[in-house]
Amino acid sequence: MEISSDPASPLLEVRGISKSFGAVRALQEVDFTLRAGEIHALLGENGAGKSTLIKVVTGVFARDAGIVRISGEEVAPRSAKAALGAGIATVYQEVNLLPNLSVAQNLFLDRQPMRFGIVREGEMRRRAKALLADFGLDIDVAAPLGNYSVAIQHVTAIARAMDLSARVLILDEPTASLDRHEVEILFGIMRKLAGRGIGIVFVSHFLDQVYEISDRITVLRNGRLVGERETASLPRLELIRMMLGRELAETTSARASATEHEAREICASFEGYGKAGYVAPFNLELRHGEVVGLAGLLGSGRTETARLVFGAERADRGQAKVGGAPVRLQTPRDGVRHGFGYCPEERKTDGIVAELSVRENIVLALQAKRGLHRPLSRREQDEIARRYVKMLDIRPPDPERPVGLLSGGNQQKVLLARWLATSPRLLVLDEPTRGIDVGAHAEIIRLIRELCDDGLSLLVISSELDEIVTYSDRVVVLRDRAHVEELAGGAIDVGNILAAIAADGAATAHEGRA
Amino acid sequence: MKGLPPVLITAIVLVAGFALCAVQFPNIASTRVVGNLLTDNAFLGIVAAGMTFVIISGGIDLSVGSVIGFTTVFVALAIERWGVPPLVAFVAILALSAAFGAAMGAVIHVFDLPPFIVTLAGMFLARGASFLLSTESVPITAPVYSTVSDFALRMPGGGRLTSIAIIMLAIVIGGALLLHLTRFGANVYALGGSRTTASLMGVAVGKMTIKIYMLSSLLAGIAGIVFSFYTSAGYSLSAVGVELDSIAAVVIGGTLLTGGQGSVIGTFLGVLIQGMIQTYINFDGTLSSWWTKIATGVLLFAFIALQQGLVALARRPVRKSAGATT
Ligand SMILES: Nc1ncnc2c1ncn2[C@@H]1O[C@H](COP(=O)(O)OP(=O)(O)OP(=O)(O)O)[C@@H](O)[C@H]1O
Ligand SMILES: [Mg+2]
Repeated sequence: MEISSDPASPLLEVRGISKSFGAVRALQEVDFTLRAGEIHALLGENGAGKSTLIKVVTGVFARDAGIVRISGEEVAPRSAKAALGAGIATVYQEVNLLPNLSVAQNLFLDRQPMRFGIVREGEMRRRAKALLADFGLDIDVAAPLGNYSVAIQHVTAIARAMDLSARVLILDEPTASLDRHEVEILFGIMRKLAGRGIGIVFVSHFLDQVYEISDRITVLRNGRLVGERETASLPRLELIRMMLGRELAETTSARASATEHEAREICASFEGYGKAGYVAPFNLELRHGEVVGLAGLLGSGRTETARLVFGAERADRGQAKVGGAPVRLQTPRDGVRHGFGYCPEERKTDGIVAELSVRENIVLALQAKRGLHRPLSRREQDEIARRYVKMLDIRPPDPERPVGLLSGGNQQKVLLARWLATSPRLLVLDEPTRGIDVGAHAEIIRLIRELCDDGLSLLVISSELDEIVTYSDRVVVLRDRAHVEELAGGAIDVGNILAAIAADGAATAHEGRA
Repeated sequence: MKGLPPVLITAIVLVAGFALCAVQFPNIASTRVVGNLLTDNAFLGIVAAGMTFVIISGGIDLSVGSVIGFTTVFVALAIERWGVPPLVAFVAILALSAAFGAAMGAVIHVFDLPPFIVTLAGMFLARGASFLLSTESVPITAPVYSTVSDFALRMPGGGRLTSIAIIMLAIVIGGALLLHLTRFGANVYALGGSRTTASLMGVAVGKMTIKIYMLSSLLAGIAGIVFSFYTSAGYSLSAVGVELDSIAAVVIGGTLLTGGQGSVIGTFLGVLIQGMIQTYINFDGTLSSWWTKIATGVLLFAFIALQQGLVALARRPVRKSAGATT
């Protein structure tokens, strides 16, 4: 696409934007400049105002002050549609697609190929298939989008935005639910688009990715602009200092030795556990005070294993034991009764109740565990909420705020708090640090360690291998819905995990995931 | 997707029900009875088609029965008392009802009010306005009424496909095409999926809301005209409760009351099921006509339970696997 405008003026200029939600000043006089053909990372802690800036620029929120110019011309879109008209395509942080429509309709909503006022369904499907093929996806585009995994939905949202042929493309944490392979494809396409002169805004908490893809970085902190730098000349520590306003305490890995673990009591064990067509039978032992990491590509069976362990899915073979005694785990209730907790990856659909306050969300699982006839008093609730808001540094630290108004990363922390509050003996965490900033990331890893020292048993799924290596006592590697390898002690390193993942047949891993 | 789609279940219920009726009263299985059934339910089929759009988009329109009532009174008075040519009266009332629907849609969008409340107000407003015009039944004697009422296509077996039944069938087919083949239709489903998301994806949610309620009211206006042909009169108390019958038809037809899924054809089948029950009761002769309501109630229950079941099934993550099972 040709960019026909004054080459001297930047593609997108944001000047002096302010935005308050009641007493919360989410943005204060923020400037942002995007040049044609650059990939510009927008960074900051959870709640720094990144998503709000994007929504103000694209007219989803009305701004209190400031101006936005595209190629030197002032624009004031009042809806996402108007922003699109002005040349800005956006993938918002909440994956914004419609599960009830087909994949193809989602990709082409409001811009379907038409003939005589009739949607050309066949043509639309053909184009949808071609579009997704660029991302290495081969799925039935006529099926409802809701049938597919979050990752596929996310790829669909990105593909849609990329295909809108806008001049500015904004991606708010697009890689949060993608695995390495998909991220690489995404980056390839981003580079291609940038090469054509499109300006791309990229929000992420993965600093490796930021250094890999971006040309320039703008950092926000507490709703204010901290600065704009060239990526190449900004050392990582300096970047972190800009984001946090302080130094990041180093996390050192000092795990207990393997022998010590042999001595530990078994918390729960699964023998020949599995479900036909879901996950191949596996053996798994979870000991008190131990972290077991689950590694593998998307669709390799990690989430499926977690759901079986918790009882969210019913196994059709094998035996589960808790504390040595055989148990039946057929529903989430069974799991909760045996002291299990499960923090799912789809926080929007499976977890957070947006209308309820932070406090109500945190006590939800605990209340359910106690039963409705033993309500928690308001005092107890306040006490619990305050403790976890502090422990996880949830911002703003107001337990009465509806969770829907928190930033994405802070919502994630609330979800974590909910399960911690039930004081489980086994906690299953599916991508616990997704969408969480570097500072909080370190906090959560530290927290995971502390919990283990208190005797909790943890099963953690993560796509970030560095992270898994840091906290795991054992790592189970999955491939094609089967447990293929278990690493322990000194054998745990990124290289070994990658080798196990890639052993063979890795190409089939891009099927749908439940 | 696994399992039967709800529309198919509705169709099976209809066919099975019809077969049962026919076993007991063989006369039911005739084009004559079917023709009458279509004629008697023509107005219901038309409003229910409009209601389908509203419900799929995640809304509800309680005003349609009152709009029908108002339309009959307005048309009768315009033709009989004010000397307006029938065609002009029709155009005027259709413009009026479309504007009424558009206004309700605008209020719902701009003030972000629940459709239930806004259209409830619309229901009282339209009903009240028709009482203002006239409280008594006004017979319509214009010649065009007898011409149109007399017109009918003969079906094999002696049945008559009347002009109003033809209008209804045309609207059902047109509605189905609009819903499934156009961009407008896709946007209706999008709104039902989630208004916020649809808006973030660039759908003009405000305009869509206005258009959807406009369509519903416009179809209610057409249903009102059809109703006036059916009864040859205008009466302010006509079509009381029709909004509920049409919501029932929509739900029995497999449309999700929470929006996002459904079809016009399903609604049409839902209308036929209600008509079939009515016909059965007429044939029986000993049953009170209130049994129609009771049977409809039972069916509604059954369908809502069924849909909940289907929704729960759909939520279960059942994915095809690498080949371990079929
Ligand atoms: N609709 C809203 N109403 C009230 N407050 C809001 C709303 N949206 C965001 N906020 C507040 O504005 C601040 C900035 O939030 P924002 O979502 O922009 O953060 P973010 O930088 O995107 O964080 P994250 O990395 O967690 O996504 C937060 O304090 C948040 O609580
Ligand atoms: Mg955000």
